[in-house]
Amino acid sequence: MEPLTWAEIIPRILWQFLPVWIALLGLFALSITFKRRLGFYGKLFDSTIGMIGFALVMFWIFTGIFGAMDLIVTHDALAQASGMKNKVPGTPLRGAEAGEYPYYLLGGDNLARDVFSRTIKGSWIVVQIAPLATLFAFMVGITLGLPAGYYGGKLDTLLTFVANLVLAFPVILLFYLLVTPEIVATGIPSYMAAVLFVFPLIFAGVLLNSRYQTRPAVRTPLLVGVLAGMGWLYLSLISDAGTPLKVLPRWLDLFDVPGGILVVFVAVVFVNAPTVFRIVRGLTLDIKTRDYVAAAQTRGEGGWYIMLWEILPNARGPLIVDFCLRIGYTTILLGTLGFFGLGMPPESPDWGSTINEGRKLLTIYLHPALPPAFALLSLVLGLNLLADGLREESLRD
Amino acid sequence: MAIFLLRRLGVMLLTTLCLTFVVFWLTNLQPNLEKLAKTQGNMRMTDAQVASWLEARGYARPILMKYGEWLGVVPGFVNLSADGSVQARCLDDGMTIETAPRYCGVLQGEWGYSTVFREDVSDIISIRLGLTAKLMLWVMILMVPSALLLGVLAGMREGSRTDRALSTISITTTATPEYVSGVILIAVFASSAVGLKWFKGTATSAMEDANFENFFLPVLTIALFGMGYIARMTRASMAEVMTAQYIRTARLKGVSFPNIVMKHALRNALIAPFTVIMLQFPWLLNGVVIVETLFNYKGFGWTLVQAAGNNDIELLLGVSVVSVIVVLVTQLISDIGYVYLNPRISVS
Repeated sequence: MEPLTWAEIIPRILWQFLPVWIALLGLFALSITFKRRLGFYGKLFDSTIGMIGFALVMFWIFTGIFGAMDLIVTHDALAQASGMKNKVPGTPLRGAEAGEYPYYLLGGDNLARDVFSRTIKGSWIVVQIAPLATLFAFMVGITLGLPAGYYGGKLDTLLTFVANLVLAFPVILLFYLLVTPEIVATGIPSYMAAVLFVFPLIFAGVLLNSRYQTRPAVRTPLLVGVLAGMGWLYLSLISDAGTPLKVLPRWLDLFDVPGGILVVFVAVVFVNAPTVFRIVRGLTLDIKTRDYVAAAQTRGEGGWYIMLWEILPNARGPLIVDFCLRIGYTTILLGTLGFFGLGMPPESPDWGSTINEGRKLLTIYLHPALPPAFALLSLVLGLNLLADGLREESLRD
Repeated sequence: MAIFLLRRLGVMLLTTLCLTFVVFWLTNLQPNLEKLAKTQGNMRMTDAQVASWLEARGYARPILMKYGEWLGVVPGFVNLSADGSVQARCLDDGMTIETAPRYCGVLQGEWGYSTVFREDVSDIISIRLGLTAKLMLWVMILMVPSALLLGVLAGMREGSRTDRALSTISITTTATPEYVSGVILIAVFASSAVGLKWFKGTATSAMEDANFENFFLPVLTIALFGMGYIARMTRASMAEVMTAQYIRTARLKGVSFPNIVMKHALRNALIAPFTVIMLQFPWLLNGVVIVETLFNYKGFGWTLVQAAGNNDIELLLGVSVVSVIVVLVTQLISDIGYVYLNPRISVS
């Protein structure tokens, strides 16, 4: 068979993405039709920049999800095909069997794996980790930043000092110190996970308790239910067979996080949390001087009620914008980890590792490094544009 | 002002102490020491041999004591073994155990000895830092003026087509981390397969003899990532200044538009970007590590990767002290500079 030309490759790639196009079209049609009834989310569709950003982000989210369901990929991301090493895009697969996709659409990498499928599979890793890690960083930052800004004093001094300490560390040095196999063997990342992941529990507990404190009949069952559910998830998350923390017996352990991912997750949350802390603290310092806070204090509301139900909702605009930007930044950090070969398993198809592998032969073979590079670029660009659109819309009201 | 400076210096000292202790603790964990013993000694050492290797070189002692020695407040380690050979921390070439100094830590100016490069840490760091300074100098020369120009041009007519185009450019550059833009730039300008072959894909030769061909790509890669952010800050601040009362007054008086921008707006609009440029230094440090690895330019960032990858304890400590001081000093300069540029703010 003849190799494909670019005029043939591009339609084929677009065709492979068909489920994503359908999902995107459906999402946009629904959202634009009902945008007046969708509140803050609907307003996003008034700004062109925001829509472009949202489309880019959703494109990669759908790609990640469908890719994980083996819909878009043409080959196994880890399988090596003989004779496909460093082959240019559009090379036909030698000895393709019936039912197998007959081409490597974006060529083969230096281990003869399909670059296209690896890029798609890599998006699932980013789509899974980046938003979740950012969410955890926000939980930590909010739970510590609100009291630091609201109460001030010694607590504030201490927390700010610790946050600045982490921020003064060069990120890459921190990664090297935390994510090497030797450190993982000592279990430090597992203990850090145990500390960092407890913050969502504290957050949810305090949030519900401060709201329903006056109605014990509602509060107690609600609190017990929510905390038991989250506690189980928490224990399943931190207890892993290979780490020193093994609290849950096998049959109770819901899921195991695959090797290295938990460590990467912890490192990314740890790096992001101090910045979120600083933002939340600054916003709290500003908002606590408002009249409605004074009114709540006069009513005799508790400190946590004021922080979580008066201050936090009024800080949501900047926080949502920063959340989008921070997912982009987390994506960059994940790529950095992969680029230095830290944390992720060596054959992992994540974008950073793929770029790192591809760069070694970059002056001769371009195609293995460029697709993941452009994928990462477009996702982060999408998140930045989305944040810009959200900022514009939130400033308008 | 003096009290403010003293307090800041105190906090800086405390931060540096805490951070170096954390680095020291992490690099001195048992698995790391075992790895060090095996890479320095022999890959096939038994556990007992590893233990005696660590014992003989003073690694198997309490962490606080070792940290004190590194700092220079605890007398250096001396080991007189049974066969008469002497192992001591403060023993340099051409010294006997009698003439060697008792204390040899950072306070005495002894930064230790790198186990990877087999050289004094202070020598390595001063050479590598010089190379990185050269890189950073050119990054600054390229980045700051172009970022300011981009920001001022975009911000002077907010919402115009120029603004839209320039803002999109700056958002794109902030969304492109160095390892992405570096790869793309090498592919376009340096690849021997299809590219333009204008520049070289490695900067190794730039260490002795930097010229446009081998040095431009690394400089551009770092500058691009930082540029977008500074340009956006400049744009925001410029746009704000352009709506101020005194600009409107000047326009109504009939001052020409270039004159307004150059003489009235620019000075006030450049206060905010100054802080941003200063706070950009820590970020640039990250970029330096990535770019030096990507382009194989053996500067400070490259040294950091080598030291961290091989658990070279004393080199890693030296590297962290330098980078932490760079971060903290730029923060201090940005705070002080902000006060000087903006008379409405006072330190106390």
